[in-house]
Amino acid sequence: MFKQFLAWITGNAITTFARFITAVRAIWDGVEPVPAQRVYFANHTSNGDFILIWTVLPPNLRSRTRPVAGADYWLTSPLRTFIGRDVFNAVLIDRNSETRTDDPMQLILDGIDTGASLIIFPEGTRNMTDAPLLPFKSGIFNISEARPEVDLVPVWIDNLNDVMPKGKLVPIPLLCTVTFGAPIRAEAGEAREDFLKRAEAALLNLAPKDKQPVDAEVAA
Amino acid sequence: MNGMHADFLTLLAGIIGLLIVASGVGYALKQRIAPDGNNATIENLNARILAWWGMTAFLAVAFLAGRGGVILLFAFVSFAALREFVTLTDRRRADHWAIAAAFFVILPAQYALIWCEWYGMWSALIPVYAFLILPIIAVLQSDTEDFLMRISQMQWSLMICVFCASHVPALLFLDIPGFEGRNVLLIAFLIVVVQLSDVLQYTWGKLLGRHPVAPKLSPSKTWEGLIGGVASATLIGTALWWITPFTPLQAALMSLIITLAGFFGGLVMSAIKRDRGVKDWGHMIAGHGGFIDRLDSVVFSAPIFFHLTRYFWSMT
Repeated sequence: MFKQFLAWITGNAITTFARFITAVRAIWDGVEPVPAQRVYFANHTSNGDFILIWTVLPPNLRSRTRPVAGADYWLTSPLRTFIGRDVFNAVLIDRNSETRTDDPMQLILDGIDTGASLIIFPEGTRNMTDAPLLPFKSGIFNISEARPEVDLVPVWIDNLNDVMPKGKLVPIPLLCTVTFGAPIRAEAGEAREDFLKRAEAALLNLAPKDKQPVDAEVAA
Repeated sequence: MNGMHADFLTLLAGIIGLLIVASGVGYALKQRIAPDGNNATIENLNARILAWWGMTAFLAVAFLAGRGGVILLFAFVSFAALREFVTLTDRRRADHWAIAAAFFVILPAQYALIWCEWYGMWSALIPVYAFLILPIIAVLQSDTEDFLMRISQMQWSLMICVFCASHVPALLFLDIPGFEGRNVLLIAFLIVVVQLSDVLQYTWGKLLGRHPVAPKLSPSKTWEGLIGGVASATLIGTALWWITPFTPLQAALMSLIITLAGFFGGLVMSAIKRDRGVKDWGHMIAGHGGFIDRLDSVVFSAPIFFHLTRYFWSMT
């Protein structure tokens, strides 16, 4: 009971801080903030990415949306464990294939089967390059194939990588936006590569025009 | 209840009366022309009026809370404006610490120095010390690409959003004989005249506007709007002489100067938006865009109003 209360306070402190620094705004572009079960997939440039998505979700959606995060990071200290497990209620998966005991895909599907929405980062790791996106891992294809009735919603997070670049302890305040796009699903018989390409394009399409690669703009 | 409070409440009653009329007109227009809310101009007008209510409430609470309230309010406004400005600048990773220092050291220091009434220091902190320290912090990261441009943009952000804006609360600390304890009314005078000038320029422009002042910059700024807005705002400013230390003629001159400064401030800030390819500075205030969209004319008129009042009326 007390721990729950503490987690609620901490969650609100984190979202308030995120708003103070970024004045973050949600843009619902092709999908509405309604309580449907979804897998949100987003670009990943900063440790604060899922916090920003979590902050802009309306409270009734937020309480049933769980980020998928690395257990190897979130279970390494009591504070991180509290934040990862109690505040964000994350689906914690061990990214290290040698030490893990549970199958990550099974944990994710279990999460979906409890009725929760999920936030995942299909690039698998933080993008430190100049490219707008790293190639997607297969996870979202496997999810969509196993649970074809769940919508996959692309989410573009803008500017957060400049707020707190890797290795800097103090954030600089900049306006950020979180853009939610039209949902996609893997179609019956669709090849893995085709689906992943489609998902990448759907996500990239939400980025501001000046951040999209030139050839993508020509193609579109 | 002293004289200041009585005058402030009279002014507040006037503003609230104006807002009630504006809300009534906005509601009537919506009912008559587009009750389903598909007329963008009317929707924008009503969003603006609603935001004016909010701004009036914030200012009134800050004023009644005294100097601490006013300083905190403008420190927050500077923070929000700087956040919008820096978002639009060309930054590189090497600028991280310099920009963090601008937000978390220089901005609070500026308002703390105003609180301490250390005029010599707060008027030099940003034009002198920040001007030299920020490029020093940035140069230590040894990234020289676009160096002059990056540093200039950083310095301009601070000048506009922090230095200029901080002249508004600094009005509290002018020492004007016979006007003791009433300085907050100077702020009210400045804000009311500048903001009414904006609204009236917009209104006159919508009603009569034909000839744009600067077609490349802003098609909505017309000579008819400018002249009508400045003239009517100057008249209102003159009528408000009783809350200031000025005679009616002096109040008229002051109003004319600050409305003109405000107009050109708006023009300069439009040029920056054009340069950056955006329509609004931000999205914080419904119907108005960002903080800077509402603040542009105030930041240009505040330092001029402060110094004119200081030269000719203040003992300090």
